[in-house]
Amino acid sequence: MRQQELIPHLFRTEFSKITAVLCKHFGIDHIELAEDIAGETFLLAMETWPYKGAPENPSAWLYVVAKNKAKNYFARAHMFREKIMPELKQTNDTPAPEIDLSDKNISDSQLQMLFAVCHPCIPAEAQIGLALRILCGFGIDEIANAFLSNKENINKRLFRAREKLRAEKVAIEMPEAAAIPQRLNAVLTTLYLLYNEGYYSESQDAVIREELCVEAMRLTKLLLDNPLTNTPAVNALMALMCFHASRLPARKDKNGALVLYQDQDESLWNRSLIAEGACYLHAASQGTALSPYHLEATIAWWHTNKEDTPEKWDNILQLYNRLLQLQYSPVAALNRTFALSKVKGNAAALPEAEKLGLSGNPYYHALLGELYQGIDNQQALHHLQQAWHLSKTLPEKQTLQQKIDHLPTT
Amino acid sequence: MDEFMLIFRHEDGKKIASPEQMQIWMKATMDWIGGIAAQNKYVLGNGLLFDDARVVHHNKMVTNGPFGEIKETLGGYIIVRAESADEAASFAKDCPILGGEGNTVEVRKIIREKDMHC
Repeated sequence: MRQQELIPHLFRTEFSKITAVLCKHFGIDHIELAEDIAGETFLLAMETWPYKGAPENPSAWLYVVAKNKAKNYFARAHMFREKIMPELKQTNDTPAPEIDLSDKNISDSQLQMLFAVCHPCIPAEAQIGLALRILCGFGIDEIANAFLSNKENINKRLFRAREKLRAEKVAIEMPEAAAIPQRLNAVLTTLYLLYNEGYYSESQDAVIREELCVEAMRLTKLLLDNPLTNTPAVNALMALMCFHASRLPARKDKNGALVLYQDQDESLWNRSLIAEGACYLHAASQGTALSPYHLEATIAWWHTNKEDTPEKWDNILQLYNRLLQLQYSPVAALNRTFALSKVKGNAAALPEAEKLGLSGNPYYHALLGELYQGIDNQQALHHLQQAWHLSKTLPEKQTLQQKIDHLPTT
Repeated sequence: MDEFMLIFRHEDGKKIASPEQMQIWMKATMDWIGGIAAQNKYVLGNGLLFDDARVVHHNKMVTNGPFGEIKETLGGYIIVRAESADEAASFAKDCPILGGEGNTVEVRKIIREKDMHC
């Protein structure tokens, strides 16, 4: 790996490890301190490596520096206490405890941080932001880019979230066994949203979007590697992520524009990811609990076969029927209606589509535009134009414009 | 928004359907419920088995199943959210059990705490 690629790469993989271990070590009160020390460690690498050359084992170098910085901090904090609070002089000199950057402690700390960050006391958006910062090593700029927001807002959001964690005295530890199922639900929601943020994000930066997906999968893997959290629902979520991720290479054309599912080149789909997803889905079928992830993963599995068969759409429709009973979402409602049109035809699906009550949603109008084609092209045009107006991204607008242009004029 | 129970009444619970018929009926019911759920108006629901049913009478006598003595039997119910009984009835109109002659769907508003005090 070339020098200029080495540091960003290490930053991605090592920043979060160092931060998680230090956080665990210092406690939730000192999240910023952990981030600062990890940040300073990389700053030192950026300042020295270009001149002296990268060390032989860059990760080990970073760990030593981070440990030393943490030790120095303890020493400084100790001196500070002595100066301003002389009465503390009598207390025993506690030596700075050793920071443990072993693989085991790194993954334990990251898993515990994941539970802490996904504590129900902080709003979902802030959970994702914190996870990106602390567990995925994303910079504030990158998070702002991913959320289509600005640096200031993200900083504020993270600041409030950290304050909340402190105020609620959230411990960096695994929840008690009895509390795991419920806390795990919140963790899975965050990972699911994090993944979707990458997969469906409106951000233009394709690289960042893919990294969001990769990071969500890495964190889900962390859960699967621990027997306490290797549950059917986690396996189902992982299967879902694998199936979707298999299409990432086919979703972009040469110019970076979005390629719709039906226009994708199947030969670009990642077959080994699809096979991996099938293994996770199989593992997810142990036990009796049926989570929304099970249903979504099974739907995604049907989509790994591009050929349209009555059996495929029949199954997808039934799966969406069940998914909506478990958990309503506008996306599921729209997809269910699309599946209905595939099974029963546009004319049968139209009245159901009209009842969805999602008139502010561009995808709702895009669906109606699709269903009205050949039945009432005037209405089709009207809804495609509505969708065009409501849609927020250029690739979407381009796709809709093409549909408008191809609409037969009657 | 109020909650309404849609109660499926079958004229004759003893009619035996073939597995194929059952599957078609199940799918139609799931499509019907899916359509309500897609409007975010489905709350919950349950099908009721005709087999292994009991009726407990006034004198605590227990008989097997409601059939024979009661003309109509319950086949299941769902609970929906709706603005009015009319809207709830409009959901009921599409219920597949209405395909069976003599079957009905009863629409009843569910009592809430505030209704109890008036």
